Amino acid sequence: MALDSKIPAGELNEKWADYKGHVKLVNPANKRKIEVIVVGTGLAGASAAASLGEMGYKVKSFCFQDSPRRAHSIAAQGGINAAKNYQNDGDSVFRLFYDTIKGGDYRAREANVHRLAEVSTAIIDQCVAQGVPFAREYGGLLSNRSFGGTQVQRTFYAAGQTGQQLLLGAYSALERQVALGNVTVYSRHEMLDVVMIDGKARGIIARDLISGELERHFGHAVLLCTGGYGNVFYLSTLAMGSNVTAAWKAHKKGAFFGNPCFTQIHPTCIPVSGDYQSKLTLMSESLRNDGRIWVPKKKDDNRKAVDIPEEERDYYLERRYPAFGNLVPRDVASRAAKERCDEGYGVGTTKLAVYLDFADAIKRYGKIEVGKQGRTDVPEAEIIALGKEVVKEKYGNLFDMYEKITGENPYEMPMRIYPAVHYTMGGLWVDYELQTTIKGLYALGEANFSDHGANRLGASALMQGLADGYFVIPYTIGNYLADEIATKAIPTDHPAFVETEKAVSDRINTLMGIKGKQTVESFHKRLGKIMWDKCGMARNEQGLKEAIAEIQALKKEFWSDVKIPGSINEMNPELDKAGRVADFIELGELMCKDALNRRESCGGHFREESQTEDGEAKRDDENYSYVAAWEYKAESEWELNKEALNFEVAKPTQRSYK
Amino acid sequence: MEHYKMNLTLKVWRQKNSKTEGSFDNYSVKDISSEMSFLEMFDVLNEQLITEGKDPIAFDHDCREGICGACSMHINGEAHGPWSNNTTCQLHMRAFKDGDTIVVEPWRSTAFPVLKDLIVDRSAFDRIIQAGGYISVNTGNAVDANAIPIEKKKADDAFAAAACIGCGACVATCVNGSAMLFVSAKVSQLALLPQGDPERKTRVMNMVAQMDKEGFGNCTNTYACEAECPKGISVANIARLNREFLSASLTSEE
Repeated sequence: MALDSKIPAGELNEKWADYKGHVKLVNPANKRKIEVIVVGTGLAGASAAASLGEMGYKVKSFCFQDSPRRAHSIAAQGGINAAKNYQNDGDSVFRLFYDTIKGGDYRAREANVHRLAEVSTAIIDQCVAQGVPFAREYGGLLSNRSFGGTQVQRTFYAAGQTGQQLLLGAYSALERQVALGNVTVYSRHEMLDVVMIDGKARGIIARDLISGELERHFGHAVLLCTGGYGNVFYLSTLAMGSNVTAAWKAHKKGAFFGNPCFTQIHPTCIPVSGDYQSKLTLMSESLRNDGRIWVPKKKDDNRKAVDIPEEERDYYLERRYPAFGNLVPRDVASRAAKERCDEGYGVGTTKLAVYLDFADAIKRYGKIEVGKQGRTDVPEAEIIALGKEVVKEKYGNLFDMYEKITGENPYEMPMRIYPAVHYTMGGLWVDYELQTTIKGLYALGEANFSDHGANRLGASALMQGLADGYFVIPYTIGNYLADEIATKAIPTDHPAFVETEKAVSDRINTLMGIKGKQTVESFHKRLGKIMWDKCGMARNEQGLKEAIAEIQALKKEFWSDVKIPGSINEMNPELDKAGRVADFIELGELMCKDALNRRESCGGHFREESQTEDGEAKRDDENYSYVAAWEYKAESEWELNKEALNFEVAKPTQRSYK
Repeated sequence: MEHYKMNLTLKVWRQKNSKTEGSFDNYSVKDISSEMSFLEMFDVLNEQLITEGKDPIAFDHDCREGICGACSMHINGEAHGPWSNNTTCQLHMRAFKDGDTIVVEPWRSTAFPVLKDLIVDRSAFDRIIQAGGYISVNTGNAVDANAIPIEKKKADDAFAAAACIGCGACVATCVNGSAMLFVSAKVSQLALLPQGDPERKTRVMNMVAQMDKEGFGNCTNTYACEAECPKGISVANIARLNREFLSASLTSEE
């Protein structure tokens, strides 16, 4: 199948305006007759459902959580980018576009990224109008901070809870539409398949997670806003329930999966403490503004961090990347930490951690405070006390969170951190209109592949989720629905609904019927270990081939020996999880296949065979400047389709941070 | 920090569904690390139960980093357990010692019916938000974000109120099962901001009416809600809600 990305003709900066000027419209009377299903209620899903409801469509919104407000966008800490140039520091739509393309290591689609940068400013306006309490300066205007990979201050934030505040804004807009009767929310519902009629997505099969009953829901179009699939690694910074199931079902019904191996491993997370570990917690990128990362120069050094003298410490990021130091992009910082630990310089009981040290920052800030007070001869202890106050004001909530989890006081001893899976740039392949390769099926936010290439910049995920939901889909969906105004709601006793429901029901019965010996959790952990060891921060041909064989074996074992307690027609979280893990196993195989195919290093994808002499990622533009869009054929069988990436404006260069 | 292992007895509320009666069951867990989170200890117990062929304990949880508001356990008589300004998922086992007995119950409130074991139905909170917890602005209607300067103090206070995670600990803690802290946090956030002004009166009236309709109790100023709130939402918000409500009632044109 030939991929048509539907990128409008014309100059890059005129494409979106031109598209909007010519796209088909649906008149208000017809909108009332059209039903849209939105799966997921994170930033993309809630903003899309609310906006489409406001426009007059009949919307059904689904989430597996008990309330739409709990979708995992809520946990985003740092901020949201927008090309407002409020700081007068030379920002512009073009710069945001360019930084995003370069940060993504030239593996994203120019037209989509430019549109993202264009609509970024309207997002901030919309959120402020909703009452999102962004941080402000004393003059009452909005405050900005900087994030990795950029030289301007364009990040808007609400302390360390930006995702929460943006999601509550979108959730409020959604609940308002519920009150107005335009949206119906189905919480504690999980989508388990797409219903296809005459080659178009026409609805979903969802399971009520309280009663266990299957339900059929019709829609003229279906939007998947179901987030990322990082939990394929078992341990990640994602929520426990985050899963790939909705996207995977769509994939098996014909939606191509784009760049599945592109995974973001975030450098600063609290390390694993034991086998019982269920998830990992992020420590915001903003900490790298003031924290210095180091390991001891001596292998297996068991002294306490504070007992290791300055000359015996290796500030390896500052050593290797003098120009960017501790503020290199995420992919580079993560790999450097892994390299040191693999060589035996790691710290802590597991030796899989490095230090993030604030001692210098505390002293520096303390001296500034003393200076402000115009004092001299201040004892060291008082300087440090003053410095701690400053650090507390900047990062207090993060320091508290660290202490709750580890029981250690980061004001007194350095934090121990290690990289962890955080985001997936890959996702369902979509065209310029966010439509997948299935007609009438769309993918928004992290669930699609389109904007971040091989590495996402900090504070850009929130931007993309809201851009897709508030400002892109309301226009692009009209182009499809304008031709559907004559389509009456299809009754759910249509054979396609009956058959799809039966297939879903059969699968659940099969799962429950296995009655094996091993728990769902144990399979998930084993899958995670294979993925982390062989398709994680560094990948090579041999490891990936082994991983594929191991995953295939694990799949067999799962389907013959998994143990699921309880029954089908009741609340059964183990059964919910079993379905998700079964899908993760299949996805894991595709990720390895994609990583094996891409014999280059780019962004977060590091193939050991493709590196420069000093161990940096080496791209191969000649052979791999394309989106890998995988088409599902049969069990363990996929066909690779390529969408060539043409860079007309942002010409690819080798990234260097030295 | 010294790490240690412990053996514990757990007394956990078990209830098959919303239609059946529940009761406490006792369980023992061994070799629990002081570094585990409270929910990871429950994971260990559940794995043990599944292996023994028993039904694992159902509980709500998702982000496990204290922000989604899903987790909701009443532990040894306290919502979210012994640590202050903390959610169940962020509680760690070093809060307990070897040989302890820990009692775990679901949120108890007539407005939050138990669905299974430790899981309750908190959809009443969504319906309260539907009654007015928003600013009516359709997508695309906004003016430039810096067109309306907002005094920093007010913006900060609005943010502090908006930090509510909607977990329901305030209700579970209150002797009256009142939802005043939850409702007042949203009313305060929007009343403090100029954008919220046009709907200020109807918002507070409608949200309070919905709160009453859902069967939440009255506020008698015990301040237990503030003490147990994982996000430290202040009871000053309740005072503001009362002022807003009174002012709206007195000047109502209906």
